[in-house]
Amino acid sequence: MAEFKGIMVYGEIAEGNLSAITTELLGCGRRLADESKEDLLCILIADQLGETPQKAIAFGADKVYTVENPLLKEYQTESYVVVMEKAVQDISPRVLLMGQTSVGRDLAPRLAFRLGVSAAMDCLELDIDPETKLLQQTRPVYGGNARATFSSDSFPQIATVRQKAMAPLEPDKSRKGEITPLKVDLDPAAIRTKVIETVKEEVAGIKLEDAEAIVTGGRGIGGPEGFKELEELAKVLKAAVGASRPPCDNGWVPDTMQVGLTGKIVTPELYIAVALSGASQHLAGCSGAKNIVAINRDAEANIFKEARFGVVGDWKQVLPAFTAKVKELLAG
Amino acid sequence: MPMNMIVCCKQVLDPEAPPASFKVDPASNQVVPPPGVPPVISPFDEQAVEAALRIKDSQGGKITVLSLGNNLLRDVVKKPLSMGADELVLLEDEAYEGGDSWSTAYALAMAIKKIGEFDLVFCGRQAADWDAGQVGSGIAELLGIPSVTVARKVEVADGKATVERVIADGYQVIEVTLPALITVSNELGEARYATLKGIMAAAKKQPTIWKPADIELDPSQIGAAGRRAKLLKLFQPVREGKCEMVEGDSPAEAGANLAAKLREAKVI
Repeated sequence: MAEFKGIMVYGEIAEGNLSAITTELLGCGRRLADESKEDLLCILIADQLGETPQKAIAFGADKVYTVENPLLKEYQTESYVVVMEKAVQDISPRVLLMGQTSVGRDLAPRLAFRLGVSAAMDCLELDIDPETKLLQQTRPVYGGNARATFSSDSFPQIATVRQKAMAPLEPDKSRKGEITPLKVDLDPAAIRTKVIETVKEEVAGIKLEDAEAIVTGGRGIGGPEGFKELEELAKVLKAAVGASRPPCDNGWVPDTMQVGLTGKIVTPELYIAVALSGASQHLAGCSGAKNIVAINRDAEANIFKEARFGVVGDWKQVLPAFTAKVKELLAG
Repeated sequence: MPMNMIVCCKQVLDPEAPPASFKVDPASNQVVPPPGVPPVISPFDEQAVEAALRIKDSQGGKITVLSLGNNLLRDVVKKPLSMGADELVLLEDEAYEGGDSWSTAYALAMAIKKIGEFDLVFCGRQAADWDAGQVGSGIAELLGIPSVTVARKVEVADGKATVERVIADGYQVIEVTLPALITVSNELGEARYATLKGIMAAAKKQPTIWKPADIELDPSQIGAAGRRAKLLKLFQPVREGKCEMVEGDSPAEAGANLAAKLREAKVI
């Protein structure tokens, strides 16, 4: 049996560049590689990779493996899993890290089952046990109510990592590394899915993931009209508008506005939670915010346990005065 | 064309139970079930049932529900029947306890093989307890069929399913050959309520029970014995935050005071 060695990052490409999660994984992977005195490997898969392999080296990789093929233009489970299966067999990494993204949450389990190993999804912390060199994976469970630490003894140990849970390194263009193309034969007939169309449902204004400030509404907002008032405040603060699950499920706002375990993970400086209770699955998406401010009429609402500042009261009466005062303060 | 469908449904602790009632027993690394809060079908799994029912509504077919566990509550696991599913198969035995994604997907895949003919398998995108989201993809891999995960819409025509898959900034329309496995996300919309007629029909139906030997499971691969992920520790994260409550003589004044407080703390 091959010796398993190295920490491998599965890199994602977005619009010709390394995606943010890839630089985060390389930052985390670098630490794990240093702790276990092994190389940090990165695999990049696309139709065209451009300058991304050099960038992966600048962000910390020692060796980059590349697979370029027109069949890999878009992510599809069955083509990508074949490439990753071959890569793992050829390279035998001890640890494989992926992002908890649309791609990673689909690819990681399929690959794990193909290889006969286990995967830990949506990890927040990863550590190497100094004695066994095994990866210990800590992830939220029970909708964020608890955390669990897992390990496994089959290789590679696969983990997906939550977006923004790890910090990237400062890129260093002078870093040296190897780039090795991998050859993988792909049979188009074996791919049983076809991507007909990719539809972007961008919300107008500032993207939630990039926003420094976010105003989020919950079930208590009561309908689509209420979100217009949140937009007022957002405009004043140059903030994005988000929602917890109930407003999305009720069709008041688009699903792409959902913050939470199954929506977007955000880490703004300021997060204003209006009329939302603070269910664990929502907090899973916003607990990385620096300052959470809550307005809720229920003093017992869970959101106050996470918030730094709070007002107990009906948002319909609290918010207009709050918005007006914020406007006045920012203008002055 | 009528579709032969299978939906996997997991009985879980109610994820809507108040967070304050959530307790972990550190000695056993297990969650202590909150008293007086009955378990439910994992909400994404209910939506998987809904996805299958919508196809049954439009073109007919049969829906078999599979649930795995031990001492499953009949009122809970029969809910998909009362929503309109046709049959219920329970993989119920103490040997199924303590499993992980691997042993669960293995047992469900073997049960699906025993059921035999099917066009579509549905699962929730992840279970509301362990939130891993692996079992659906695992079943598909073990059965050697294609999978599309995190679906918000599923339609079937001409031996193919067209699936809208949720991605970060929108969705993708994906066509997949049948048989296929699809995992369903909350964007599909709310699952329907059980009707009185459905509840009465479900009460009369007896689930089929399959023990590990009935589906030719390798005992070393079932439940806790078949785990590939070792649970080292289960714990509740410590919340250190203290919330400073801002008050006022009226709600409006409290709102204005909050803005002033945020400025004072240099948050805005």
